[in-house]
Amino acid sequence: MELKSKAPSGPIETRWDRHRFEMKLVNPANKRRYKIIVVGSGLAGASAAASLAQMGYEVSCFCFQDSPRRAHSIAAQGGINAAKNYQNDGDSVYRLFYDTVKGGDFRARESNVYRLAEISAAIIDQCTALGVPFAREYSGYLANRSFGGAQVSRTFYARGQTGQQLLLGAYSALALQIGLGSVKMYPRSEMLDLVVHEGRARGIVVRDLVTGAISSHSADAVVLGTGGYGNVFYLSTNAKGTNVTAIWRAHRRGALMANPCFTQIHPTCIPVAGDHQSKLTLMSESLRNDGRIWVPKKAGDPRAPQDIPEDERDYYLERKYPSFGNLVPRDVASRNAKAICDAGLGVGPGGLGVYLDFAEAIKRLGQDVVEARYGNLFEMYEHITGESPYKQPMRIYPAIHYTMGGLWVDYNLMSNVDGLHVIGEANFSDHGANRLGASALMQGLADGYFILPYTIGDYLARVSPKDRLPADHPAFKVVEQEASGRLKKLLDVNGSRTVDSFHRELGKLVWEHCGMGRNEAGLKKALQRIPELRDEFWKNLKVTGDGANFNQSLEKAGRVADFMEFAELMVRDALVRDESCGGHFREEHQTPEGEALRRDDQFSHVSAWEFTGVGQEPRLHKEALEFEYVHPSQRSYK
Amino acid sequence: MKLTLKIWRQAGPREKGALATYQVDDINPDMSFLELLDVLNESLMLKGERPVAFDHDCREGICGSCGFMIGGVAHGPLKLCTTCTLFMRHFKDGDTVTVEPFRAKGFPVLQDLVVDRGALDRIVQAGGFISARTGSAPEANAMLIPKQNADRAMDAAACIGCGACVAACPNGSAMLFTAAKVTHLGELPQGQPERNHRVLRMVSKMQQLDFGGCSNHGECEAVCPKGIKIDFIAQLNRDFLKASLTDEMETLKRV
Repeated sequence: MELKSKAPSGPIETRWDRHRFEMKLVNPANKRRYKIIVVGSGLAGASAAASLAQMGYEVSCFCFQDSPRRAHSIAAQGGINAAKNYQNDGDSVYRLFYDTVKGGDFRARESNVYRLAEISAAIIDQCTALGVPFAREYSGYLANRSFGGAQVSRTFYARGQTGQQLLLGAYSALALQIGLGSVKMYPRSEMLDLVVHEGRARGIVVRDLVTGAISSHSADAVVLGTGGYGNVFYLSTNAKGTNVTAIWRAHRRGALMANPCFTQIHPTCIPVAGDHQSKLTLMSESLRNDGRIWVPKKAGDPRAPQDIPEDERDYYLERKYPSFGNLVPRDVASRNAKAICDAGLGVGPGGLGVYLDFAEAIKRLGQDVVEARYGNLFEMYEHITGESPYKQPMRIYPAIHYTMGGLWVDYNLMSNVDGLHVIGEANFSDHGANRLGASALMQGLADGYFILPYTIGDYLARVSPKDRLPADHPAFKVVEQEASGRLKKLLDVNGSRTVDSFHRELGKLVWEHCGMGRNEAGLKKALQRIPELRDEFWKNLKVTGDGANFNQSLEKAGRVADFMEFAELMVRDALVRDESCGGHFREEHQTPEGEALRRDDQFSHVSAWEFTGVGQEPRLHKEALEFEYVHPSQRSYK
Repeated sequence: MKLTLKIWRQAGPREKGALATYQVDDINPDMSFLELLDVLNESLMLKGERPVAFDHDCREGICGSCGFMIGGVAHGPLKLCTTCTLFMRHFKDGDTVTVEPFRAKGFPVLQDLVVDRGALDRIVQAGGFISARTGSAPEANAMLIPKQNADRAMDAAACIGCGACVAACPNGSAMLFTAAKVTHLGELPQGQPERNHRVLRMVSKMQQLDFGGCSNHGECEAVCPKGIKIDFIAQLNRDFLKASLTDEMETLKRV
């Protein structure tokens, strides 16, 4: 199979413009004849569904939550990047493009990244028009801050709740269309499978989570905006419901999964408190703007942090990276925290934590300013830990936060399966091996508001709504039967271990061997252990109740069953990618300073995997990456 | 820590429900209330019993999925806190705690602690938006918004739509929820063209659904995990009165 990225050539600043002109258009009068299914209602899904409906398409939107407003985009705290150069500090589309390609450690497509940077400014305009209450200066102009790894202030924010406000903006645009009847919304509905017939995505099979009813939905195109797979690690900053099911089922139906081993660890999360822990909470990386990271120089120092004098503290990021200091990219900050804790210098329970200290910021700026910037984050931290960051430093530790890998898509955001489009975190496209802070919100909204609405037309103009299958077509019936058979199988095991206990074990296994640091021996061990655990899952799982009503443990079981298959592919990808890049750190490949060492001669490509059966070796396809503008260099943040 | 939990169990929307008593031992004070239910559910499932159903997702107080009555108070005893960020250190060893779903006419119970809050979405669908077509937005800094207005809009926009205000209100009113959206968008210049229309449509929809009216009890503000102020209801009332005196009242008749 040849992977055609369809990325345009020519001068990079003209590519998107020209591509938009060259794409086919759907006649305005014909748009209403086309039906589009959007799965997921986060930033990407909601903005896409709303924009497509405004254009006149008939849209159905599905989410597993009780309301589209609850998608996990809502939890993003820090901000959204845009190349507005409002701060007159030399930012530009080109600089945002450059930073993103370099930050992604040269594993993303240049054309896609340039387009993202180009669109970024329009996103801020659109969100402001929708009423998103971005932070403002006293003059009434929009405020910016600098954010993880950037040397310009290009991040727009709404207190520490930027994701919430952007999502509520997209949700309100979606709500308008639902109210008008242009979008049919299906909350509490989970996609169980994708229907592919004669090489084209035809629709989906869905379970109504309240009644248990399984139904088929047919369309001319299917869009997946179903988020990332971070919950394969069990403990992550993702919401409990986020899952890999939609993209994994599409993968099983032929869509290629790209770079699944590219996972991002967020450096500033609240450390694990005990075995009961069900998820981890992220503290926005914006905290690193004013907070200083340190550990005591003496291992196991029993003193309270505020009693440890300055000269007995090691501000290790400031020491090792004098020009970036506490603002080094996420992967660098995370690995340094792990290294310092592995060396026995960590603080808090189990020694898995480092201090993030605001004492100096409070002295310099005053408590009022610090409160205005981070008040809600401090509050959240105090709720969870019972400690006030105004009085003592926070304790933080890295956790899984975002996944750069996902379904392979071309420049039009269409997968290798005709008609199947993938947007937001669910695709692999723009962040390479490491995502920069405040770029996830940008990408989700770029895909949903400004890219997919045009590119999907290019596909639709080539197919006729007359060819849409009826939802009772045998192609749908077969998939429906498979889906209900699978649920029955999960219920029939009737063993003695709960879903969570399997999920926790899987998570621990991949965190240990495919987490912050990876090596050949560990990955091989995980590859051997995952199929064993999966076998046990299918032999010893306990799910109570039945499939004919609201049954949360059955929902979870279906999702964990898919994680059990997906985990194996993620680990395999990490093993085959015998280099370090961005968030993928192979211990065998590092510089003398302990930085990721790429092997561009062998791995300057996207690894796109084809499914060949559960437990079967998947087939690897490669899309070569070319860098015409930003030439691969060793990242240095010294 | 040990706790006795009295939890509302109801198998389905049309089934009869009742409180069931459970004893949970070995509680870690650093556990959240939802993690306590996780622990209970694990033990129920291993005994072959149906686990307690409850809505939850982000578990960090922002998605608005979770929420039930703990000891008769929406989201429990702690102020400015969602159920998922309520930690066991706030309870006393040996306490008996009653856990019930949000009770309101507008929120039918689906199972155990899970209720249908779809009516809140329908209020937003009636008018809780600015109709800005994708692509038609002007340059963002072309429109200046005084910081105080942007801040007040943000205070109101912080609502997470959990429905605690409705559950706490003796009238089962959704006024605080509606007022927060009306204030958020009404505070901003870009929200002005639809301001009258918005408040009339949203209030009218709220009345059509199974929500009661506001009689100034203030229970909503007391339980709101995001500190949404009851002042916003006064704002809604002012906006509603003003809008009622305009000819946009006519449009309401067509809702």
